[in-house]
Amino acid sequence: MQIMDEKGSIDQQLFPKDVDDNKIIEMYRWMSFARALDAKALSLQRQGRAVTYAPLVGEEATQIGSAMAMGPKDFFVPNFRQHGVFLVRGLPLDAFFIYMKGYEEGSTIGKNVNAVPDIVPVATQLPHAVGIAVAQKYKKTGGTVVTYVGDGGTSEGNFYEAMNFAGIMKAPVVIIIENNGWAISEPRKEQTIAPTLAQKAIAAGIPCIQVDGNDVIAVYKATKDAIANSSKGPTVIECLTYRMSMHTTADDPSKYRSDAEVDSWKPKDPLLRIRNYLTNKGLWNDSKESAMADTQLKQIDAAVEKAEAFKADPKSMYQNLYSYMPDVLKEELDDAVSANFWQGTG
Amino acid sequence: MFSRRSWTTRFRQTSGRVRDDNMMQNMVGALNSALDIILRENKDTVILGEDVGKDGGVFRVTDGLQAKYGVDRVIDTPLSEAGIIGTSIGMALGGMRPIPEIQFAGFMYLAFDQLINHAARYRSRTRSTKSIPMIVRTPVSGGVRTLEHHSDSPETYYSHVGGLIVVEPSNPYDAKGLLIRASHMNDPVVFLEPTKLYRLFKQEVPDGSYEVPIGKANVIKQGDDLTIITWGTMVPVVRNAVEKKGANAEIIDIRTINPLDESTIIDSVKKTGRAMIVHEAQLSFGAGAEIAARIAEKAIFELDAPVLRVASASLPYPYPGYEQYYIPNELKVSQAIDKIMSE
Repeated sequence: MQIMDEKGSIDQQLFPKDVDDNKIIEMYRWMSFARALDAKALSLQRQGRAVTYAPLVGEEATQIGSAMAMGPKDFFVPNFRQHGVFLVRGLPLDAFFIYMKGYEEGSTIGKNVNAVPDIVPVATQLPHAVGIAVAQKYKKTGGTVVTYVGDGGTSEGNFYEAMNFAGIMKAPVVIIIENNGWAISEPRKEQTIAPTLAQKAIAAGIPCIQVDGNDVIAVYKATKDAIANSSKGPTVIECLTYRMSMHTTADDPSKYRSDAEVDSWKPKDPLLRIRNYLTNKGLWNDSKESAMADTQLKQIDAAVEKAEAFKADPKSMYQNLYSYMPDVLKEELDDAVSANFWQGTG
Repeated sequence: MFSRRSWTTRFRQTSGRVRDDNMMQNMVGALNSALDIILRENKDTVILGEDVGKDGGVFRVTDGLQAKYGVDRVIDTPLSEAGIIGTSIGMALGGMRPIPEIQFAGFMYLAFDQLINHAARYRSRTRSTKSIPMIVRTPVSGGVRTLEHHSDSPETYYSHVGGLIVVEPSNPYDAKGLLIRASHMNDPVVFLEPTKLYRLFKQEVPDGSYEVPIGKANVIKQGDDLTIITWGTMVPVVRNAVEKKGANAEIIDIRTINPLDESTIIDSVKKTGRAMIVHEAQLSFGAGAEIAARIAEKAIFELDAPVLRVASASLPYPYPGYEQYYIPNELKVSQAIDKIMSE
């Protein structure tokens, strides 16, 4: 499914009724914000001020379109690249940067955000998403769970087990395959000979759809529809997008893919088409762009500053393992504190 | 070995009469009663697993519970261990209290990633803003001539990571009380049920709800000359060996493998001056090594003899025809007692 093409033209028949120009501007703002956040995280990592980072550039439409389709009761279960979704869902920015500095305290999610923090092992978050969805149904909250997995993740056993479980339990869950074409150095064609990733849902008896993942409106509509249908059970959405940057800051894509391939995706940039649409309608211009960029950067910088002030407390490693402090663990903690071997390591 | 009758009578109260509000139950009955109480106490609790519903579990531990509480609370799932544990973790994150059953511990490795990477870490990685109140029940250990992969003793694997509470009862009373205690905690608990002890003997068990503390070892016999630390299937083996010898040994059933009740062990060893650890899991890198190390760290100068470990051979559990050569028996324990007492 595609609703807005690369030039910014709209398919009126498919265009969702609840999307007006204001909402498109909001989508554009969030996508720009996600890209700005991405650039900042990358730059901090390159300066040695942040840990390994998985950039999202190029995948903004998939993340923002689906995030904006979620309602307040809905629950979000990420993999490790969905920083844009977190942004929309209201995770505090300073928490993001505390995570990026390498501290668990960045993964504390307040009760007002229906989400769990980043899950790094691939596809193992999908059964959790199904379980959270079962809990929503059991407790009659009316919430739907939206979760994400990459193209590589669809080769994992947990992906199949989660879909199968979701189907049999009629779990209100939407599984979004953020197919960005690459799993580190392995292209999509090295994952499976199945023509699409969406079709894997058919074996589990689950409805599925493939959408243009660089078309924020198509992603929005597909997710919105899936959430609306979630009382009947799960949906799988494959979003076709492209990883414009590296897998993480730990790898160099020039080793395994050509510049020509990357260049061929540049005209399909998800921000470009929406900017074209807004400009053509006289709703956007350069001064609005720079004012927006200014505001966003200020917010990001303020969050970085707050995160920089974060002070690690190694005692917290011990204090949060169990619901109580076992004697044997307390002794290890007391030994560490009295030996004071942490001094000078902060 | 030992007779069922002797074990039944051993646990009776001295009056020889069962109190009105108590029942004579085997471990299966005690666990079933615990689950009944837990399901009744908290409607966010659900049981899920393979064959746990209509069939009542392959060992009948969940027998009758689906009929009583419905298919939404006692759920037959697909054959999907990672799915069962992963979904349970999600249910816990969603505010429920799942009690998944894995049919045999040997099949639980398919869910190992979910337990190690997620259940064990969720509380610490979110600095206690999220927790996983989940009890994973699974039958463990051998001695009942089952097919390959049905007799593993995996307590060390789940204890090593940290973050998982690992419990293993050795009698019906503890089984019920520990399970009810686990259901009141906000931690992931791996609850190991020795297959061999499921129906080996009956014991007087209170009808209603009660807790047996988790993280607390049980001194099941006082003694002065030697401390024997054991758990699970080896508890009756050790007990019989000690009784037949008339050894003046203190027997500690640790009940919780992780976190360990170190002080009960160390206090006893300091008193007796000798320590022996008996477990069914493989010798090498087993929980016995951890306990021996702690004794060495805390009480080595009070020992009259080197610490001794008695365990299964350092190799994967064999086919049933060979299990009697693999699992420590009374003779092996008895010889070990002679050895440590002669030092």
